[in-house]
Amino acid sequence: MEVHVICYLLVGAVMLFAGVYGFFTRRNLLATLISVELMLNAANINFAVFNRYLFPGVLEGHFFSLFGIAISAAETAVAIAIMINVYRNVRNIQTDDISDLKG
Amino acid sequence: MEEITLQQVIFGIVALMMMVCSVLAVTSGKILRAATALLFVLFGTSVFYFILGYTYLGAVQLSVYAGGIVVLYVFSILLTRSDKNMNERIPRGRWFAALATTVAGFVLVAFLLLGHGFADTVIPALEELNPGTVGEALIGTGKYQFVLPFEGVSVLLLACMIGAIMIARKH
Amino acid sequence: MEYTILILLLPVLSFLLLALAGMKMSHRVSGLIGTVVLGAVAALSYMAAYDYFSLPRQADGTFATLVPWNAVWLPFTESLHIDMGVLLDPISVMMLVVISTVSFMVHIYSFGYMKGERGFQRYYAFLSLFTFSMLGLVVATNIFQMYVFWELVGVSSYLLIGFYYTKPEAIAASKKAFIVTRFADLGFLIGILIYGFYVGTFSFTPTETGLMQGAMMLPLALGLMFVGGAGKSAMFPLHIWLPDAMEGPTPVSALIHAATMVVAGVYQVARMFPLYIAYAPDTLHIVAYVGAFTAFYAASVACVQSDIKRVLAFSTISQIGFMMVALGVCTGAPSHEGGLGYMASMFHLFTHAMFKALLFLGAGCIIHAVHSNEMSTMGGLRKYMPVTHITFLIACLAISGIPPFSGFFSKDEILTACFAFSPVMGWIMTLIAGMTAFYMFRLYYGIFWGRENKELHAAHVPHESPLSMTFPLMVLAAITCVAGFIPFGHFVTGDGLSYDIHLDATVAATSCVVAVVAIALATFMYARDTQPVADALARRFPRLHEAAYRRFYMDEAWLFVTKRIIFRCVSRPVAWFDRHVVDGFMNFLAWAANASGEEVQPMQSGRIQAYVLWFMAGIIVLTLMLLLCV
Repeated sequence: MEVHVICYLLVGAVMLFAGVYGFFTRRNLLATLISVELMLNAANINFAVFNRYLFPGVLEGHFFSLFGIAISAAETAVAIAIMINVYRNVRNIQTDDISDLKG
Repeated sequence: MEEITLQQVIFGIVALMMMVCSVLAVTSGKILRAATALLFVLFGTSVFYFILGYTYLGAVQLSVYAGGIVVLYVFSILLTRSDKNMNERIPRGRWFAALATTVAGFVLVAFLLLGHGFADTVIPALEELNPGTVGEALIGTGKYQFVLPFEGVSVLLLACMIGAIMIARKH
Repeated sequence: MEYTILILLLPVLSFLLLALAGMKMSHRVSGLIGTVVLGAVAALSYMAAYDYFSLPRQADGTFATLVPWNAVWLPFTESLHIDMGVLLDPISVMMLVVISTVSFMVHIYSFGYMKGERGFQRYYAFLSLFTFSMLGLVVATNIFQMYVFWELVGVSSYLLIGFYYTKPEAIAASKKAFIVTRFADLGFLIGILIYGFYVGTFSFTPTETGLMQGAMMLPLALGLMFVGGAGKSAMFPLHIWLPDAMEGPTPVSALIHAATMVVAGVYQVARMFPLYIAYAPDTLHIVAYVGAFTAFYAASVACVQSDIKRVLAFSTISQIGFMMVALGVCTGAPSHEGGLGYMASMFHLFTHAMFKALLFLGAGCIIHAVHSNEMSTMGGLRKYMPVTHITFLIACLAISGIPPFSGFFSKDEILTACFAFSPVMGWIMTLIAGMTAFYMFRLYYGIFWGRENKELHAAHVPHESPLSMTFPLMVLAAITCVAGFIPFGHFVTGDGLSYDIHLDATVAATSCVVAVVAIALATFMYARDTQPVADALARRFPRLHEAAYRRFYMDEAWLFVTKRIIFRCVSRPVAWFDRHVVDGFMNFLAWAANASGEEVQPMQSGRIQAYVLWFMAGIIVLTLMLLLCV
């Protein structure tokens, strides 16, 4: 167990910014959602690592990750439900084409 | 110079795989490949949790994320036929702006991390976290116990389930 | 005498009622409302006059100045404040009587004259507005209230001149009247401001200390105020609007442009008279010279005009000139006799209002009968319109100064005052009085005698007007017959003391002889079917005749001044500055706002990814700033 903290954090940072990049560049809603999942995961890893590193005796980071997983599952379910609904209406889920919902 | 342990070797391999796969997940031209890459990233994350000793968290990660969510992705990809239209390019200027922002952000964060002195610290050795402890903390009401957020999340999941059904059902 | 406020309130209420609800009423109802209200106002005015003049005189022999109602409106300093109120003194009470009488008569007369006209209700509403403004002007407690109502009078005059707003001439005339008087009022306003600044009050009766401070500036202030009065009272060279104002309905001409509004300038000078006589006698004499020149100029133009309303308009200008002269020849030295002109002027204002209103209303009957203003369509009308004929003749005799009609007495006082000032002025004014008699009888013969336009009259037989129109004529004629015997000097004099009017035998005889000679000359020239002498004179002096007919090219002179000089040298650069610099600046602001909006607008694409991109970039920049600063 002698992996440096910085290694975890750098992997998390790469994941986070890969997600950011994907969020900016993807036009498919599902691909955008995949990017969001990447970002969430990076955050979860950071919670767990810092919990482990700074407060090994308590479990707040651990549980924060746990709840994060639950919430991302919920978010994914709702988002996919919306996308399927959108697809049913406009036969497409490209972000640029879905402008009918604008006010 | 310390000896390289098995753990470090495994961590290195997994970390490399995760970084490559996360980049693939956002750059791949085919969405099914992107979803697969995401699956590998999620696997890697659970490996991290195992290495950290959070076996219960790793198991949840595997079952919920890798098992549940990715399957959901694959289904919806197939349902919305998204695999057919991933080749549309965004304008070059926007792409460049996105790339520049991302790289700048990464460089900034990396600079902060490296400059903070994390490089020398290692995770202290700890036994594997007992799932029983996790269970008690999850349903206990005392200090450092989490029954209230647990109930909150369960209500949230219920609401989401109902909402997802309401949104997705045919009118 | 608090009820005098009603004299002001009733017409304004009637105006509001008619203006807001008039279109819902029938002609008859709206006309009745206006007339009944005016009848009430007239009754109240008579009551006020009776009550006022039956008050006992003060210890020094003058009538007290009453302020039965006053409200401080805009206070600036302790002494400098603008009030709204009612002031009663001999001249304001006299003006109340004149205005309400003539206005009441015009209201009755309009029933017949305006019958069936489109905008009947509007007409009565405007008449009420005018009456209100004019009454407010004369009872003003301070110079600023006077100015406010002065402008209101101008507005109602503008509205009534332009009453037939579908006629381009009427619109042009109303604009001309408004702009010319407005231009003159600028002088009035500047005068008021100078007065307020140096004397420290807007009151007509400043304090001793205020007068001490402002004595140096008083001649200038009063002179500027007189410019405003000259505009309203059509003094040369600001008279050009009055002849054109005849485009309005004839009863309006009778009320506004003959009897009441145009004497506002005279009234203003009379109102400021104590200050003129004490501090600015030279300014007062300028008033006299302006008045004398105007009287002569207008009389000479009136001799050749062919439009009967124009003749009457120039006659009005000339007679107002007489009033101004009478005020101007006053001297302070023996204050009682020196103030004779003041009394004469007010007396002439009173009698002139009556007989000039009578003349205009008579002209209205004639126009009503032949549907034209031109003398060529008339002639021989005495057979058809006996009442109009007799009343018109009475008015002509009055204005010519034949005893025992009212004009003789007032004009005689004016001439006496002029002779007392200087014999030259006296003879000039006597000559002008002769010209007055000449052109009035030229007009009279041209309408009622002379060659009849037979074919026109055969096609449309002239007829006498209905009773609603002849009744005011008869009332005014009766007043004209007896007004001369009113002991006017008992009520209104320069120093407030009672003054017995006594006829100066020489002056009276001279003016009578001159008038009779002038009438005889007019009879000789114009009474018959053909006019060989007049035509021969016109041929002998074609240039002079043409010039007089064109009013000595005054309108052209003004047009030259405005179009060639003011428009070109002042208005154009100002307009250029406005269009390019002022507007340009505003346009630049608008353009800048628009352009920046155009630039920013694409950022609001609705694309959430772009928003997040900006958000992220912003966070990075902020973090960098924090790092670099700390």
